[in-house]
Amino acid sequence: MAEFSLPKNSKVQPGKHFPAKDAKKPRTFRVYRWTPDDGKNPRIDTYEVDMAACGPMVLDALLKIKNEIDPTLTLRRSCREGICGSCAMNIDGTNTLACTKAISDCASGDVKIYPLPHMPVVKDLVPDLTHFYAQFASIKPWLRTLSPAPADKERLQSPEDRKKLDGLYECILCACCSTSCPSYWWNGDKYLGPAILLQAYRWIVDTRDEATGERLDDLEDPFKLYRCHTIMNCARTCPKGLNPAKAIAEIKKLIVERRAL
Amino acid sequence: MSAHEKGLRNPLKRALGLGSAQSGVGHWWTQRLTAAALVALGLWFVITVLCLMHADYATARATVAKPWNAILLIAFLVTAFWHAVLGLQVVIEDYVHTRWKEVVSMALIKFLAVLGALASVLAVLRVALT
Repeated sequence: MAEFSLPKNSKVQPGKHFPAKDAKKPRTFRVYRWTPDDGKNPRIDTYEVDMAACGPMVLDALLKIKNEIDPTLTLRRSCREGICGSCAMNIDGTNTLACTKAISDCASGDVKIYPLPHMPVVKDLVPDLTHFYAQFASIKPWLRTLSPAPADKERLQSPEDRKKLDGLYECILCACCSTSCPSYWWNGDKYLGPAILLQAYRWIVDTRDEATGERLDDLEDPFKLYRCHTIMNCARTCPKGLNPAKAIAEIKKLIVERRAL
Repeated sequence: MSAHEKGLRNPLKRALGLGSAQSGVGHWWTQRLTAAALVALGLWFVITVLCLMHADYATARATVAKPWNAILLIAFLVTAFWHAVLGLQVVIEDYVHTRWKEVVSMALIKFLAVLGALASVLAVLRVALT
């Protein structure tokens, strides 16, 4: 059966408290901590951060904690402007990017920060995305053609056809949507999840791609595609404002379109 | 799978799994068709039952025995069982991850749905044809 409660060694315990000294505008951050090295259960550490000396985003607070309070805190980050997807985590109950989530937009009270849900944790806020990336590779996310490449120019596309990629090409594969999807939680081993299906659709609608049939063949599967029950968490959580559920619905429509009713 | 085996296998192998079953669209489309049919048939059924609210047994029996009513009632019952089994199948696929439990419960709901549908069709036919 799907597991609805945490196993014993995953039950989260209360952790350490780091009070702020002489803070003008203190704000409390409750952060999930777990390390594979000490054999202990995960815990929630509490950090008080002075907002008067901190940038506006959650990532600013996390880096301030790491730099000035507790250097053992582990997280991924790179671009700090919402384009690399590294700092995806669960903040204030919603999967989002720490770099584009303003602390002031979090609900009043403590700011709760967890790793992306239902993923194996490498350490603290770092989830293991190996399978997610392997699933991405499995859809062959590149232009596949039979016709030879034009000798002296790129494969052209009309502005109207290019427009079909809007709302798809912006995906940065941060995994916020997939890890917010209950279907992906229960069946993530086989279900491709919203992010990968949106990426698959990005190549299916690309007018320069000539493997549309094979792509649909590969997706036509009760688990890879049809685990999507239009729950819509993906669209609600996407930090880039995309709608993976719509992309999945379009794939389903195309698969119906090519068969006899 | 041991950590050692995990380390030797390429993650892509696991992601590709057994490949695409090349099915699922039939289930998806039938679920939607039966849902649409149930909207119409369900509405008809509720209205028919409401009309029989204060009727006596003989009137209710005569209403069911009318050919169109009998046909629509059979259609409603068969579609309801069909739709239910498609929905339950999804629930089992979603949540039951022990293989033998999955196979047994899947077979069980299908047998029960067929039995239920046959029994209700027989019930309507007995009223309609006697």
